[in-house]
Amino acid sequence: MHFAFLKTPRQRQIALFIFAAVLLVLPWGLGATFSSANSWIRVIDFALLYIMLALGLNIVVGFAGLLDLGYIAFYAVGAYMYAIFNSPQLQAVMPTWLQHPPFLIMIVICGLAACVFGILLGTPTLKLRGDYLAIVTLGFGEIIRIFMNNLDRPINITNGPQGIDNVAPVHFFNYTFAKPIDFLGLRFEPVYLYYYLILAFCCLIIFVTSRLQYSRIGRAWVAIREDEIAANAMGINTRNVKLLAFAMGASFGGVSGALFASFQGFVSPESFVLMESIMVLCMVVLGGMGNIAGVILGAILVSVVPEILRDVINPLQQGLFGRKIIDPENLRMLLFGLAMIIIMLVRPEGLWPSRRRRAELHPSATISEQENAGLQDAERTHG
Amino acid sequence: MDIFLQQIINGLVIGSIYALIALGYTMVYGIMQLINFAHGEIVMFGAMVTITCINVLVGNHISLPGPLMLVAGLVMAIPVSMLLGFAIERIAYRPLRRAPRLAPLITAIGVSIVLQQVASLIWGRSYRPFPNILPQTVHNFFGAAITDLQVAIIILAIVLMGALFFMIERTRLGRAMRATAQNPEVAGLMGVNINSIISMTFVTGSALGAVAGVMVAANYDQAHPYMGFLIGLKAFTAAVLGGIGNLQGAVLGGITLGIIESLGSGYLGDLTGGFLGSNYKDIFAFLVLILVLVFRPSGLLGERVAERA
Repeated sequence: MHFAFLKTPRQRQIALFIFAAVLLVLPWGLGATFSSANSWIRVIDFALLYIMLALGLNIVVGFAGLLDLGYIAFYAVGAYMYAIFNSPQLQAVMPTWLQHPPFLIMIVICGLAACVFGILLGTPTLKLRGDYLAIVTLGFGEIIRIFMNNLDRPINITNGPQGIDNVAPVHFFNYTFAKPIDFLGLRFEPVYLYYYLILAFCCLIIFVTSRLQYSRIGRAWVAIREDEIAANAMGINTRNVKLLAFAMGASFGGVSGALFASFQGFVSPESFVLMESIMVLCMVVLGGMGNIAGVILGAILVSVVPEILRDVINPLQQGLFGRKIIDPENLRMLLFGLAMIIIMLVRPEGLWPSRRRRAELHPSATISEQENAGLQDAERTHG
Repeated sequence: MDIFLQQIINGLVIGSIYALIALGYTMVYGIMQLINFAHGEIVMFGAMVTITCINVLVGNHISLPGPLMLVAGLVMAIPVSMLLGFAIERIAYRPLRRAPRLAPLITAIGVSIVLQQVASLIWGRSYRPFPNILPQTVHNFFGAAITDLQVAIIILAIVLMGALFFMIERTRLGRAMRATAQNPEVAGLMGVNINSIISMTFVTGSALGAVAGVMVAANYDQAHPYMGFLIGLKAFTAAVLGGIGNLQGAVLGGITLGIIESLGSGYLGDLTGGFLGSNYKDIFAFLVLILVLVFRPSGLLGERVAERA
């Protein structure tokens, strides 16, 4: 991430250092400020998971311009994969050496499984245009959910609508995240442990996507988004590159799904409904498709603001009208819907767009800018 | 044999409902090359408004024959849906007509969420039973059962489709619609008011959708604010199956999908030896959609159109 107002590399280094320090002490800061700190740290843990999801979807929607409405299916695949290997669900039939594999291996397995599903979805849909693709991916997401809902018969794999319970928490060697760990005189509650774990994966994914963005592959994605025929003519193998976008986005989803399963302790089809896909899409759109910092902002806004609203809306309604008129859950979804409409009408490039995307959407306004600086260079320095 | 015939009848009934909704999708797509994601929600509003109206009538002890009450409900529901269709086009699609393809698609999803949530605020999240006002006589049709309601649905669907085809093929408005679908710019130069024609297309499709919504509610004896998504998706599949943008195709696709679905869910258990049951019914629409788009994207009756980026 680069910020235009930080001119020298040294300033950027310092800013990054401060930012990292803030992230490291964040749970402790919250713990000191709020009495119900653990629930807020939980909210932040989920926000981090959503950042990972949004960044994964951003590869497909933001970079490659393929509208995927069933993205949550990959999250589901990762979560169920983790749950099946780390819970009593299939203990009776599974050989012992397969149960409770080491955490990092499990993460890789979940990522790969989701990746396979991504390719499975990508292969037949490669030729489809934007709106058809949206519908097919939506159907795919629903198919995955219907299977998870019904695969409790005749062989009980997913335990149907009840979901899989008793998913074991993360365990590294002799440490388990089930109970607090005392370290350096500090007491790390499980939510704190998950915070650092998810933060680490989040940083990894941010690093990977930002390196991908200006790599050969990343530029190929953008080229396909802007004009597929021209990209093909320039020698990009559009089929493979699109498949790669699906696979890459899916594996990010799978990894965050695995983290979700271990953090939550149970998985059920209810967590993977269409609305979740749309929520992740909303994060990408709101923040600014294709811009990593924007997507992160979008994910934080969409996942944290409703939690704050939940705390504010009910007392406010009680005070104003004396009763509950609007259910916060309804209000949350209503706001998402309105945000999507308004953003597209007023500021289609999102709250924090990349310069390239802005140029794409407002051709006349940025022509002189392009002539002066050259679009590529402008984006590389300011992103 | 009678089970087979029964499934065909059920398929025809649900298929003609799909066809009515699919017409709304295909008309809009034909003119604007846009999937109106919010169409399913218009269908849902049609059903919910009608149920509310009938309940109000019943609650005020106004005793009319059942079918007449249904008509009264429809008289309320159709204008509401038409108004919604008009407003959606005006607010969410018209300003984005020249924007990149992704933009109207995302607003469409936004509109559909907003409508869902508004409906759930008005009517609550739970299922609404369809008022028990219609006669429940069952006729024997070569060993299969068919109710008055099912007969009425099929007949009404045929009448509405006939009226729509007459409008498209024989009236001035229909000619303007066809011209706009072929080439909006040239149609505009020929004196067609493109904006009002597009509005009319949305309004017509929404009216059909409202009627279809009531049919869905009556057929399944219930309605709820989140029903629009699945029914809309299935109807969209029907439109794609028939060849999107093609009116006859939408009808054919709707009926084909209805029959595939009811035969499929009827025989799936036997075919797979009990491995997959009728709870996988909803998968058929998605599978059909994916298969059609992969192997014959132009649909059963559609012409192969050049790819527009």
